[in-house]
Amino acid sequence: MNGIFNYIDRKSPIHELTGATKLIVLILWSLAAMTTFDTRFLACLPVVALVLFFISGIRFSDVKFLLWFTFVFMVLNNVLIFIFSPEHGVSIYGTRTVLLEGVGRWTVTAEQLFYHLNVVLKYLATIPLVILFVSTTDPSEFASSLNRIGISYKAAYSVSLALRYIPDIQREFGEIMVSQQARGLEMASRKQSLVKRLTNASAMLFPLIISSMDRIEVIANAMELRGFGKNRKRTWYSSRPFRAADFAACGFSVLLMAVSLALNFVNGGRYFNPFI
Amino acid sequence: MDDAIIEFRNFSFRYDSQAEKTLYDINLKIRKGEKVLICGPSGCGKSTLSHCMNGLIPASYPGEASGDLIIGGKSFLDHTIFSLSRITGTVLQDSDGQFIGLTVGEDIAFALENDNTPLSEMKEKVMRAARRVGVEKFLSHAPHELSGGQKQRVSLAGVMVDDVSLFLFDEPLANLDPATGKTTIELIDQIQKTTDAAVVIIEHRIEDVLHRPVDRIVLMNDGRIAADMSPDELLSSPLLKECGIREPLYVTALKYAGVSVNADMHPGLIDTLTLSEADIERVRSWYENTLLPPEKEKGEVILEAENIAFHYDNGHEALKDVSLKVRKGEMISIVGRNGAGKSTFSKIICGFLKPQKGMLYLSGEDLSRLSIKERAERIGYVMQNPNQMLTKPMIRDEVALGLRLRGKLSEEEILKKTDEVLRICSLYEMRSWPVSALSYGQKKRVTIASILAMDPEIVILDEPTAGQDFRRYTEIMEFLRGLNSLGVTIILITHDMHLMLEYTRRAVVFTDGTVIADSDCEDILTSDTLTEKASLKRTSLSDLAELCALDGNGFVRRFIEHDRRVRA
Repeated sequence: MNGIFNYIDRKSPIHELTGATKLIVLILWSLAAMTTFDTRFLACLPVVALVLFFISGIRFSDVKFLLWFTFVFMVLNNVLIFIFSPEHGVSIYGTRTVLLEGVGRWTVTAEQLFYHLNVVLKYLATIPLVILFVSTTDPSEFASSLNRIGISYKAAYSVSLALRYIPDIQREFGEIMVSQQARGLEMASRKQSLVKRLTNASAMLFPLIISSMDRIEVIANAMELRGFGKNRKRTWYSSRPFRAADFAACGFSVLLMAVSLALNFVNGGRYFNPFI
Repeated sequence: MDDAIIEFRNFSFRYDSQAEKTLYDINLKIRKGEKVLICGPSGCGKSTLSHCMNGLIPASYPGEASGDLIIGGKSFLDHTIFSLSRITGTVLQDSDGQFIGLTVGEDIAFALENDNTPLSEMKEKVMRAARRVGVEKFLSHAPHELSGGQKQRVSLAGVMVDDVSLFLFDEPLANLDPATGKTTIELIDQIQKTTDAAVVIIEHRIEDVLHRPVDRIVLMNDGRIAADMSPDELLSSPLLKECGIREPLYVTALKYAGVSVNADMHPGLIDTLTLSEADIERVRSWYENTLLPPEKEKGEVILEAENIAFHYDNGHEALKDVSLKVRKGEMISIVGRNGAGKSTFSKIICGFLKPQKGMLYLSGEDLSRLSIKERAERIGYVMQNPNQMLTKPMIRDEVALGLRLRGKLSEEEILKKTDEVLRICSLYEMRSWPVSALSYGQKKRVTIASILAMDPEIVILDEPTAGQDFRRYTEIMEFLRGLNSLGVTIILITHDMHLMLEYTRRAVVFTDGTVIADSDCEDILTSDTLTEKASLKRTSLSDLAELCALDGNGFVRRFIEHDRRVRA
């Protein structure tokens, strides 16, 4: 709908978990994946993530754009790592197994490739979960979830408001653009220089800011008139009670985090080293 | 009299940001179960009065008050905006802006959430409130899936969950089409009858509010209460006219016919109006003595649409086979409910959207070959909200913008042209003012001026008078009529029946993407089937004509003619 949160409404056990549970799982899962470079552990996560994807009923075609986006980003990230520190794997794992003599300092080593494998696995472990979170969490539930994990409800509600008004502002922007074009302002014409185009686009911000200010005044008044900010706490219409599945999911993610921390001790550091 | 919910005693108020007081010596009492209409021209202080009742003054708009204001037995100084929200439930004018939740259910529940209501109780209360206003089927809908009238119902449900003792409606009719406005007034009436709450409606469209009875009308002018009386008394007096408020049309018509309107005739509602034999005779003789001007000669066709069809990417069919001719020098209205295809049609004319089928001709030339920019030089489009069009800080630059972008004239010629347009629009004196210093109506004129500077053959205006009081409405429309007499063809897209009736000869009615009528405005507004399909409303003039056994269509036409002569 608005490009940021593409909630896809399907029936699945994942959809039925509360937003707060999914947020907790997402945070702990990501932390677990971030703290360790244990390849065995990292290899397990994508498998579990794939299973979760399957359960959720979200198809890859639904999230094609996000997947492509991440894939491109991942490739870029790896290329940059290799360009800027081709010996990074060597310095981590302490050995140097040359596979291919390259040009200058860019020599391909088994250690470097293994390090890249870890980076790729980290992407594969976390990104599917983020996508899963945004596509199975009802935006309505998002603010109440943030509030539940301890963020003040005023801050949490601002997220909800952004979700509510972004489509309106987009629509307004479209209208302003159209009216400016009607007066001869060319927006996407190749005839013009980039600078010229940017100046034209910025001309449209002026009315957009004015109308957004008006809008903010209306919303702020409307919220206050209906008692927003009266108490230190508030309840949420869209919140749902925790069920057994929610506790299980939270428990599972705590376990993941624990395993990840434990591996740091077992491996004597963040890295699992197969080269010794 | 301890059943007063709100009482102003010698109350005056000045905003911190202003030098002059906005309210002077207000004495006003609103009791349980009462229904009061507060009206007055823009800037008369009626919004300030409403802010005092719901606590936005002083919470959001600080200022200095004197005198007393007792709300629910306590001075307003001892209230907070939160304690007041338990007494006064406010439905704001902007039904879109005040929609806070992501879905209908959440929005209705908003006040309950802030009160820490447990979930199960909240769901039950939301359901009950939703049922009372008839939106229970839409609880999971997002705001953009609702019509304006539905959004307003949601807002109403959102304040009803709190069992308030006063409902405050701030310009409830401003953004609604006439038919929806009528149902809104009926809904308010029904709510008022089934609760013992008081209802205060702030609105300048008196005739539309008086579709259902009110107990009193409070007329404000220049920060003071000019009248506080029953509708029957107020409509018999000349006060409304003196304050620049439009009287109900049937009252004006009676006055034109020389009938002296008094409270015993019960002119408060058209349904209660009683006319004596002598009065009816006066109206009939006025009818016979009012002559209609000869028909204007028709110009050549300037714009022609042939079998236009358009559907959006999501498959929604916005226009099906629309054909239309506009003649040079005409001023016509395009009417119809929201989503009927009016705006889509105007966007197609301007080239913002491309039709999948059909042809458009401007003076015989195929329009499809012209780009948006090229069309813009010949067809001007003025948006409803001037704030969305104004991009330059100075008025003169704003008006010159289009010419500068066109780049065909020298700077000297541009300034000459700009000044000429500014003079036509009576903006010349303000030419070096910043745009931000202008009132809404003046901004509107600037947007029209900036379009006129391009010398278009046709100007399309989307709701040119939305949200304007009678004085500004007249100012904008007389200005447009002046332009029209200079030969500019004008197309108005509007919900406003007064506007279409008073200023345009011909109207085109859109319904569900088709043109269902294209004829004289009088014919459309006196036909029950057409008004219903287009979400318009039968004018009260037809009712009056019926009462006097006269032909509705001819009556309306004579009224407009008489009105035009009186006002000119």
